[in-house]
Amino acid sequence: MNIPYTSTARPDTGLYNAKLGIWLFLASEVMLFGALFSTYILLRVNAVSWPHGYEILNVPLATLNTVVLISSSVTMVMAWASLMMKKFDKYKMYMGLTILLALVFLVVKYFEYSAKFEHHLYPSTNTFLAIYFTVTALHGLHIIGGVIVNAYLWGPGSKMWKTDPQRFTNRVEVAGLYWHFVDLVWIFLFPVLYLL
Amino acid sequence: MDTAHADDVKKTVRTYIFVFVALMGLTVITVAISYLHLSVTAAVTVALIVATVKASLVAMYFMHLVSERKAIYWTLALTAFFFILLMFLPIFTDQNSTRLFH
Repeated sequence: MNIPYTSTARPDTGLYNAKLGIWLFLASEVMLFGALFSTYILLRVNAVSWPHGYEILNVPLATLNTVVLISSSVTMVMAWASLMMKKFDKYKMYMGLTILLALVFLVVKYFEYSAKFEHHLYPSTNTFLAIYFTVTALHGLHIIGGVIVNAYLWGPGSKMWKTDPQRFTNRVEVAGLYWHFVDLVWIFLFPVLYLL
Repeated sequence: MDTAHADDVKKTVRTYIFVFVALMGLTVITVAISYLHLSVTAAVTVALIVATVKASLVAMYFMHLVSERKAIYWTLALTAFFFILLMFLPIFTDQNSTRLFH
């Protein structure tokens, strides 16, 4: 069976199907994270007292992770741009870097979580930590999901470059759209949880 | 970007690097401002403005929203409407929701 419009645009939408598909998925993701942000606002404005994130959390580590994640967004878009310029070797390098940076993000997050647990700070400790762990863990799961997809596109999935380069380029673009969204969520999480 | 040519991509690579530098600069700014320990209202306002600018840069350039098809703009317009509704939900449901700012 042939899936229609994987490499060429559908005449009515002007888009290949996967692109509209990923945007609809991202729209649902906006609502998922939006619901949690809304919950955060409700909990915070009703709290008698609310700690400053920087008193409990590690701002330098989170700043490092912000830099790491923004860098991985750049390498991701460069991976796609490399395919557009028919430079497969550069694609491999940039996609590899994207995966590496994502893993760095997860390792830093692991150290952050461990430090909290060592100090007996758990989701059950207070409302702030409850929302902190919920939102960052959900975001972390999104990072893991992205790593799996990107690793596939870097490794076995990249064989498609030889058989159907346009479709493969589209796949990388779609994976990129997801990856930039995960970065975008962090751009809001970082100040909201750590700096305010 | 479906019909983008290699030459156009070369030009946009420069844009990506510029956006990268801007995002790094804004990250430094947002962290620096947090050390000023502004009032909660001011800190929230400034942090959200900086975050929105950063997010817009990512969405516009990395996610190619500067040149997209109408189907995506309509999808996002609908999403934005419901997202804003979701953000105001706490205010609709709670009468004491301004307590923090007193």
